[in-house]
Amino acid sequence: MSLAATIIEIIAAALLVAGGLFAVIGSLGLLRLKQSMQRLHAPTKATTLGIGSALVAVAVHIWLNEDRLALRELAVALFFFLTAPLSALFLSKAHLFRSEDAAKLPPTGTKAGWATLSEDNPAEPSHPQDRKA
Amino acid sequence: MILGYALSFAIGCFGLALLLNLLRLFTIKNLVDRVLVVDTMAVNVAALVILAAAQSGSALSFEAAVLIAMTGFVSTMAFCKYLLRGSIIE
Repeated sequence: MSLAATIIEIIAAALLVAGGLFAVIGSLGLLRLKQSMQRLHAPTKATTLGIGSALVAVAVHIWLNEDRLALRELAVALFFFLTAPLSALFLSKAHLFRSEDAAKLPPTGTKAGWATLSEDNPAEPSHPQDRKA
Repeated sequence: MILGYALSFAIGCFGLALLLNLLRLFTIKNLVDRVLVVDTMAVNVAALVILAAAQSGSALSFEAAVLIAMTGFVSTMAFCKYLLRGSIIE
């Protein structure tokens, strides 16, 4: 085996180890943190980083062993990086809506209040012709 | 060689993460946190399937991982929308 292949293999192995450790750290944070909003951080950041590095390492593994580009694994990593912030945003909105007291929240800094909690915010019609009617 | 050992270590780590998630799922009371735990479990299971597929050399398991990841994301979004608005599609 050539030197370059050995170096690439060592980098991929380090990525795999880091990915596994980050996954464990994310789950440990989910288990140990005290408040609900704190608990939201651990799985959405640490676990996403862990699975991203593990998937890149798997792509390198396939590239070394089967000599083809593993674009599908990289696409799954991209999918996780795109969807993790979205689910975190919606989970935090659901938590804000269900559990937080509106009087205790900090000011938003604008004229409008918290959009998730505002009463005068009915579901807007998505088409202009519906809005006229 | 070293990559094989690292692959086994990563599989063990994701399995341990899944066990910790299960422990959290049984000890938590808040509904939103339960949705978060199940979402994290879906991510971990998808990673576990892909790593196991890389270790055994199977090409079919990749589709299973994609399906688990997509259903996890869509179910999380649908449940949050239901908690926020009372209906999923308005």
